[in-house]
Amino acid sequence: MNFLTGVFYMLSVILLFAGFRVVTTRNPVHAALFLVLAFFSAAGIWLTLEAEFLAIALVMVYVGAVMVLFLFVVMMLDINLDRLREGFWQYLPLAGFVSAMLALEMTVVLGSRTFGLSIVPSPQPHPAGYSNTRELGRLLYTDYVYPFELAAVILVVAIVAAIALTMRRRKNTRYQDPARQVKVKREQRVRMMQMPAEKPSSTKT
Amino acid sequence: MNFSVRDLMPMLPEIFLLAATCFILIFDLFLSDRRRHVTYLLTLAALLGCGWLSFATITGGAATYTMHGMFVDDLLSGTLKLVLYVTVAAVLVYSRQYLHKRGMFRGEFFALLLFATLGMMVMISASSFLTLYMGLELLSLSLYALVAMQRDSALAAEASMKYFILGALASGMLLYGMSMIYGATGTLDITQIGLLLQAGVGNSTVLAFGLVFIVAGIAFKLGVAPFHMWVPDVYQGAPTAVTLFIGTATKLAAFAFVIRLLAQGLVALAGDWQQMLVILSVLSMAIGNITAIAQTNLKRMLAYSTIAHMGFLLLGILAASMDGYSSAMFYVVAYVITGLGSFGMIMLLSRRGFEADRLEDLKGLNQRNPWYAFLMLLLMFSLAGVPPTIGFYAKLAVLQAVMNAGYTWLAVVAVMFSLIGAFYYLRIVKLMYFEAPVDTHDIRPALDMRVLMGVNGLAVLALGILPQALMSVCLYAVERSL
Repeated sequence: MNFLTGVFYMLSVILLFAGFRVVTTRNPVHAALFLVLAFFSAAGIWLTLEAEFLAIALVMVYVGAVMVLFLFVVMMLDINLDRLREGFWQYLPLAGFVSAMLALEMTVVLGSRTFGLSIVPSPQPHPAGYSNTRELGRLLYTDYVYPFELAAVILVVAIVAAIALTMRRRKNTRYQDPARQVKVKREQRVRMMQMPAEKPSSTKT
Repeated sequence: MNFSVRDLMPMLPEIFLLAATCFILIFDLFLSDRRRHVTYLLTLAALLGCGWLSFATITGGAATYTMHGMFVDDLLSGTLKLVLYVTVAAVLVYSRQYLHKRGMFRGEFFALLLFATLGMMVMISASSFLTLYMGLELLSLSLYALVAMQRDSALAAEASMKYFILGALASGMLLYGMSMIYGATGTLDITQIGLLLQAGVGNSTVLAFGLVFIVAGIAFKLGVAPFHMWVPDVYQGAPTAVTLFIGTATKLAAFAFVIRLLAQGLVALAGDWQQMLVILSVLSMAIGNITAIAQTNLKRMLAYSTIAHMGFLLLGILAASMDGYSSAMFYVVAYVITGLGSFGMIMLLSRRGFEADRLEDLKGLNQRNPWYAFLMLLLMFSLAGVPPTIGFYAKLAVLQAVMNAGYTWLAVVAVMFSLIGAFYYLRIVKLMYFEAPVDTHDIRPALDMRVLMGVNGLAVLALGILPQALMSVCLYAVERSL
């Protein structure tokens, strides 16, 4: 067992533990933090597979952006934990049965007989100076440019749909007109007043 | 890999539609509500432009692959796209007045409709699992938003939510199945997969495992039993203009989807998926036709009728022959034409604040307006499969293909369920002709809608009397492309 295998097993154990805690912990903030740990360990496993760009993207996108948003939502919403846990024990046997069956089926089909090293050999290690990021970029903008552009269109649809579903123009809403704001003159905003100086009154009447 | 203009030529309609949609999306921002019809006209013009581009570049020759083999331009894709443009344009014309009266005549509606159309075009000419899935997601995301467009309606929100969750689940299943096939063959390219599977590559257990998930995903998307639960709720809850779109145009894309996946990619596994499709098809014909009898809502009834029709469509595909595929294509085109008319009629009879979507709203239509009653009669006859309408010939062609494939018992079952189904279509005819009207408002649709409804109703009759031209187009397109 060489060093990389040891690292893999260590990261896998942490990943499994974190994933298990995400589901079992009572506090949603803790669950979100355990999910961060799970993402981090997964990124580590990807690093051992020489996929350094994907590993960093996973950390940046999921840990940096998605999980922070998640934490915000968890903290801002007043979630009633007891209501969430209602019926947990009632559904547990069925859920356990379904998961066990799924796991069993997958081990039967996806075992080493069908996807073992003799059928899918492990890839050759890359020479020094090989850039994973560069290769990904090259593929994305040449061979896979069509699906890449389609993904961009899907994101545009998401933006249009989100705005179409949530924007409601109320009649009495006040809008700012930036052009008019820029064109404003001093005279329109500041009025110079001449007032006679007031003497402090020493006695109240 | 270098790109030249020649690589982009086959996908000219898609590029044009994307550019036009983005233009319409921006241009609409500068229009006041009073001049919103400019957006509507621009949308129609974009479809017309696509139609011209597709028609000008259509070739009867061999399939052209581009974009690293992910995009295919063959006769099947060209033909289906042309039918698609006509369908979407008809949806727009039917729904113009309806949208106006419900405050949905907005730029986003047209933009999302065009994005959904683009997604269907991508699906129709996909030649890789990746593009097939991307097109499907583009279509589905636009549809979820379109269903939820009527924000004040709780029914629409519920429908959209159900559609979204079940659709996401189906996409997950489909992707899982695709990943299994990828694991077994090592490629995502549909043509490659076809060749590799013919050569006997891949572990049969993994392939069967993947196939089950793919067929389940397809069944979800087509809305056939036992994966049909979303169909009635979405059809009823969505604004009728969107129901019209989901009920007609998307079926064309779904047909292309099934052909590309099963008939092109996994044709070597035909023995396996034929048995699965037999079960799906019999179940949907049974559940669709029997449950439709109990419905009092017209949109819900037509939803169950769709489930039954999709079961019939699968019959043609499970024959797994050129006859079968071309008859399935004829069936889907026939269903689209008839569906356009029947959902269009609901919008034609609706008015501001009133939705003519109950069966009793059709009572005595003959006394109110004999012409519309006659057109509705033709449409219902076509759905039921009564000669001489197009629906009869479509059913006949599918049954012939099934018989030739050696499934005589299946043809008998299909005919029995069609007979059961005829009951609820003919009940509408009875309501229209032999009952006194409940609703006595004048029916005053706009001129464009009146003309389209007339053309649509008569097309159902004319194509039923002279089906040979359309049938040979379908056969030719399928034979040159598969």
